[in-house]
Amino acid sequence: MTLETILQVAAGGLLMGLIYALVAAGLSLIFGLMDVVNFAHGELMMLAMYAVFVIWDASGLDPMLQLPLVAALLFGTGMVIYRGLIARALSVQFNRGMVQIFVTFGLAIFIRGAAQFVWGGDFKSVNATWLAGRSWNFGGVYLPLPQLAASVVCLAAFAGLLLISRTEFGKALEATREDRDAVALIGIDRDRIFALGWGLGAGAVGIAGVMLAGFYYVGPNVGVSFALIAYVTVALGGFGSMLGALVAGLLIGEVEAFTAAVLEPSLKQIGVFAVYLGVLMFRPRGLFGKL
Amino acid sequence: MDNFITRRRRHELMVAGGLLVVAIVVPLFIRDVTALNVIILSLLFAGLSQAWNILGGYCGQISLGHALYFGMGSYVSTLLYVHGAIPPSIGMFAGAAVGGLAALLVGWPCFRLSGHYYAIATVVVGEIGYLLFLNWDYVGGATGVYIPIAKPSLLNLQFGKDKLPYLYVVLAFCAATWLAAWLIEGSRWGYAWRAVKDDMVAARSLGVNIFSSKMAAAAISGAFTGLGGAIYGLYVGYIDPDSVMAGHFSILIALPAVLGGVGTLWGPILGAALLIPMKELSSSYLGGSGRGVDLMLYGAMIVVVALAQPQGVVSLFRRRAHGPA
Repeated sequence: MTLETILQVAAGGLLMGLIYALVAAGLSLIFGLMDVVNFAHGELMMLAMYAVFVIWDASGLDPMLQLPLVAALLFGTGMVIYRGLIARALSVQFNRGMVQIFVTFGLAIFIRGAAQFVWGGDFKSVNATWLAGRSWNFGGVYLPLPQLAASVVCLAAFAGLLLISRTEFGKALEATREDRDAVALIGIDRDRIFALGWGLGAGAVGIAGVMLAGFYYVGPNVGVSFALIAYVTVALGGFGSMLGALVAGLLIGEVEAFTAAVLEPSLKQIGVFAVYLGVLMFRPRGLFGKL
Repeated sequence: MDNFITRRRRHELMVAGGLLVVAIVVPLFIRDVTALNVIILSLLFAGLSQAWNILGGYCGQISLGHALYFGMGSYVSTLLYVHGAIPPSIGMFAGAAVGGLAALLVGWPCFRLSGHYYAIATVVVGEIGYLLFLNWDYVGGATGVYIPIAKPSLLNLQFGKDKLPYLYVVLAFCAATWLAAWLIEGSRWGYAWRAVKDDMVAARSLGVNIFSSKMAAAAISGAFTGLGGAIYGLYVGYIDPDSVMAGHFSILIALPAVLGGVGTLWGPILGAALLIPMKELSSSYLGGSGRGVDLMLYGAMIVVVALAQPQGVVSLFRRRAHGPA
């Protein structure tokens, strides 16, 4: 491999890794807050991608301009899911851990079926965007603009999440995470915090979905492989750790890119999984995990 | 107290014996191939889920990677037959052995992880197995392996178009897993495993070896899952990574136990009796359109049952049996 190829592969891994990091951040946020692993996380991303497709198909509005709208839609969807299902799943007396796994899992299957019902099983793609087909030549390293834009937006969204964690609301989130019963005594409405947490988590994965729709096909199963990567990212970074999600997302992006380049594209996930298991042997709670 | 437990266990054994007789006799009067197929799959998944329950329910280790042991079992028995001319009635026990061994190999590194870290690690290990088999030419890669059609016989475990003998093979498998769970419930191991599940620190202080408890549960669970995989491969006559190793099998194996009642003797059977017919019938009547209605129903049912009966459907019966507490 020449130096140029190495740089090219590394750049590709970096761009993808930032998207993985944002997808994982939403998952990690929800987990850290209420100990719930959302197995429908990939499906939320899929919904965001379909939303982009539908709006683009109807109005020709560029995905980049749809960003605030679709992110808000997903924020609302997350809150509705919390109020409708998760709040109930958290209130059961027995087997709480298992109930939440299977409630979100059943939801995932339902959303996948619904997507197939509404949009059919074939792949859709949003092709005529401003950025499509354009790229920057960065000293011999070729950076496709849709991917570059996606990773910049994901990094910005990530920074946004970190900023939110410094506000009053962020402190309430942190306090609720620390002790979900004690916060009620100081006037924090736990249920509202949880619902907003779900909104933020879904909104984050929604932003990733919007940017991904600019260069990736949309289909009912598109969320499955991204979700799997997201679970691995969260576990690798440590459940509940935002910094962990970022570092692990970048690491996974790079490992995936280099495995695909050195071995074979069909084996790229094996590289990721092997690194993940290797790290867990030494850090059973992930790189930055405390939970 | 002891007396009560012995009496209850004898009662359970009698109920199981009665059900077994019913399950042997009733299919003799069923001619409909679709119905027999649904019964066969329900019994198979009842057995598989009971196998999962031994590790996931009694020992509390929520594995979401059982498709690996299932797939290993069906690949080993099929390949021994295709490449080694070893009849499946023997090969399936090799499949079971490999399934158990695989569960030990996975457990050795993974049992030091707890909670969600363990669950996700099992998903990942299962996915690695799937990808390796997909890219491994000796085992047929993505094209898979056909099981050559042989003369119908018990040795070959092939019965041509006749479904009834398959039903009895699967019934025997289901009964064996139930009996294993029943024996475990009353044994020293069963008590130790439940202690590991409920409170690891307390279990350790009572002298329970946590790691070897988990490993023993994993080996038994993996072996039965491998056996079930081998039987499934024979029944469908063709295996490829998508049909025996894909991640959704792990969920399908765990679901009946979860819906029926985790860590209970009857949960997996009840759950499978509810879930599999629903799933099969909706996919054959609604799935053909390719519109995803069957998936919507399947998903909605999982959500509703999990929320309405968090202890599983089995708790409905339990309440009636003991009266209001």
